[in-house]
Amino acid sequence: MDIRHSFDEELQQMKQDILKMGSVVEEMLAGAVKALRERDKNLADEIIAKDDIVDEYNLNIEQTCLRLLALQQPMARDLRTIAAALYIIKDVERMGDYALDIAKAAKKLADFDPITQLVRIPKIAEIVQKMLRDSLRAYVDHSVEVISEIAQEDDQVDTLYRQVRDGMIALIMDNPQVATQAVELILVARYLERIADHITNIGERIAYMETGQLRELH
Amino acid sequence: MVADAELLDEESFQKNELHVEPAGDICLSVRNLNVWYSDFLALNDVSINIPAREITALIGPSGCGKSTFLRSINRMNDLIPSARTSGEIWLDGENVADPNTDVVRLRKNVGMVFQRPNPFPKSIFDNVAYGPRIHGVNDRRELAMIVEKSLKRAAIWDEVKDDLHKSAFDLSGGQQQRLCIARALAVEPKVLLMDEPASALDPISTLKIEELMHELKNEITIVIVTHNMQQAARVSGYTGFFLMGELIEFGRSTDIFTTPRDKRTEDYVTGRFG
Amino acid sequence: MANSRIEKLKSAAGYIVFWVIAAILCLAYHMWLPAGAIICLGLVFLPTILLDGLAKQKYIFTLLSFSALFVVLPVLAIIYLLTVKGFPAMSWEFISKPPTNMMRDGGILPAIVGTTYLVIGTLVFAVPIGLLAAIYLSEYAKPGRFTRIVRLAIVNLAGVPSVVYGLFGLGLFVMMLKLRTSILSGSLTLAVLTLPVVITAAEEALSSVPRSFREASLALGATRWQTTVKVVLPNAVSGIVTGLILGISRAAGETAPILFTVAAFYLRDLPHSIFDQAMALPYHLYVISTQVPNAPPKMQWGTALVLLIMVLGMNLVAAIIRTKFRRSKKW
Repeated sequence: MDIRHSFDEELQQMKQDILKMGSVVEEMLAGAVKALRERDKNLADEIIAKDDIVDEYNLNIEQTCLRLLALQQPMARDLRTIAAALYIIKDVERMGDYALDIAKAAKKLADFDPITQLVRIPKIAEIVQKMLRDSLRAYVDHSVEVISEIAQEDDQVDTLYRQVRDGMIALIMDNPQVATQAVELILVARYLERIADHITNIGERIAYMETGQLRELH
Repeated sequence: MVADAELLDEESFQKNELHVEPAGDICLSVRNLNVWYSDFLALNDVSINIPAREITALIGPSGCGKSTFLRSINRMNDLIPSARTSGEIWLDGENVADPNTDVVRLRKNVGMVFQRPNPFPKSIFDNVAYGPRIHGVNDRRELAMIVEKSLKRAAIWDEVKDDLHKSAFDLSGGQQQRLCIARALAVEPKVLLMDEPASALDPISTLKIEELMHELKNEITIVIVTHNMQQAARVSGYTGFFLMGELIEFGRSTDIFTTPRDKRTEDYVTGRFG
Repeated sequence: MANSRIEKLKSAAGYIVFWVIAAILCLAYHMWLPAGAIICLGLVFLPTILLDGLAKQKYIFTLLSFSALFVVLPVLAIIYLLTVKGFPAMSWEFISKPPTNMMRDGGILPAIVGTTYLVIGTLVFAVPIGLLAAIYLSEYAKPGRFTRIVRLAIVNLAGVPSVVYGLFGLGLFVMMLKLRTSILSGSLTLAVLTLPVVITAAEEALSSVPRSFREASLALGATRWQTTVKVVLPNAVSGIVTGLILGISRAAGETAPILFTVAAFYLRDLPHSIFDQAMALPYHLYVISTQVPNAPPKMQWGTALVLLIMVLGMNLVAAIIRTKFRRSKKW
């Protein structure tokens, strides 16, 4: 199978870049949540800076994909791989933006007193981080089974998000003083929920890459 | 079209998921076609239904039997002394693989365009009029009408209308090939077989021919053998993949080129082996 | 440079030794001519060993050109000789009057007429049979025993000595078929002689028509015969005609076959029908050169010249046809 060696190498390189992009977002997510819990503004700033790296990956990988489409006439699996890649990097880039937003929220909240014990939000973050790790592994392993797991975890995240939202609304109605912090917290939970949705999208694309079928997982 | 009786005979038909039945009318139904050149089995038990008024592409590596298959349809394999055939080819309710078939009538119904343009050393007019004259048309006006119509259908009328009595060899390669297409169309075939028609031509001529194929397919069934996968993808509605004398997979071109089911098909279309 | 020359001589030592020994042996046995030939050859080829590069190429090219020239010389010599010796005999009388005075005087009209009739007769029989046979072999024959036998027969026919043809003609046409010595017998005999040439040339011409034309024609629904007549033959005409003419010009000059089947020593009148005997140029030449005592030499040379003009004329026509068609051939 050595005939398209250079093309194979380029495809490999593209996949590696997507993995690296994903792991940067992994770091951003972990760091943002940590900054939120430990009220660490410096860490938050570090995370904010990392988004540029993600954006750069996005641009470069997109260029690579277009170049491969034009020059290599990919068919079948190769074509689906490249098409999937174009969608995946979009999702990853949005996830990076949301991690950035969480970091910004962390910075804001650090100036206020904590209003509640953070329990559910870290739980959501934990699940989302697992989802992200699993999806990146599925991308490498071509394992389609873990994707249904991701779908289920997405449901869990949705439920937890609603709980956080309802909890915060109750808090605001009790004590209108804390509205600013509470809203920020709702937003953080929302960002995490959106990240989970994007990871589910990535899962769908990975399944498409493998099977040629595009199925909604939500 | 094919008589219902033949279509119901599923036993002799390869029924597996690698073989997608065409939606719509079927023009040609091939059953268990085997072709030997002396002892060499060039086609092994090939069964396929070619859809009517569509372009079907046959792809596969060199020597896989796709040209042999094509030439079996209009019995051009008869020209090769060592060739032997078994199996059935049903066209218009008649098995044309039968030795008793009127081959002359068959070839009027099933035209062929070859890889290298092969116009006769005659004028453009006489080239196109050759077929009708053979089949008995002698009236000057009628011939002139047929020639004009065929040259228009082959998208070459505007380029040659000013001097139809010029020699065919004064045309460029791409024009000669379109002339050959016009010549084949002049006898009003129902099926047009094209054996790598653009492989000897430059890219612009190739695209012109692909365009005219799109126009023609509304009236005629086209079967094209091609080495060029991008061309097969551009041009055809259905594609069949041949390998070592066997039909491996057949289905809509969209599917064959985005989600082929057989690994060998996948390897071929992605260029992992040629 | 001197050194490399010595190197070359060393490497060619084997050949040189051979030559020297051969020359010496010839001289020793008083075989002067072979010795002379060997020595000359040796000297001629020596430069090819000693020279190099461009000089060598030029020398060899010159050598080859001279060889080619030697081919032309005999033809020129024949034409020259015959013209010089035969021209004195040329006159209107010569070609329009019959021989007189026991063929020592007068003209050779009957011989010219006879040869012409024979040529026409040969054409009449050789063309249809030869052409159809060639078409069969080229377009219809399947590889197999029968075809092999046919081809073998043609090859053998070409190798039959012309005097044997004469005897064959005598036995079959003159005697068995009771056609008597006549233009008919002569034409038939000459036709059989010409057949291999015609068939081979015609088959060659037909085969040279590209296969793609036939395929295109057949794919349009033409029968094999239609294809042959409308596509193959028209493009093979020049080759066929050339082959025909070459065959005929050969037949016109044959003496032995007509000896037994048609040729007459002397006829007062011109032949009236195909069942008549006729005089013919080749035989007439033989007759006045050997059978007629005291025949003036210029008569003999004149006859030869007329025959030569006829044959060369036909060959020239063939050559012209060939070149003309080659130029207009677009494939």
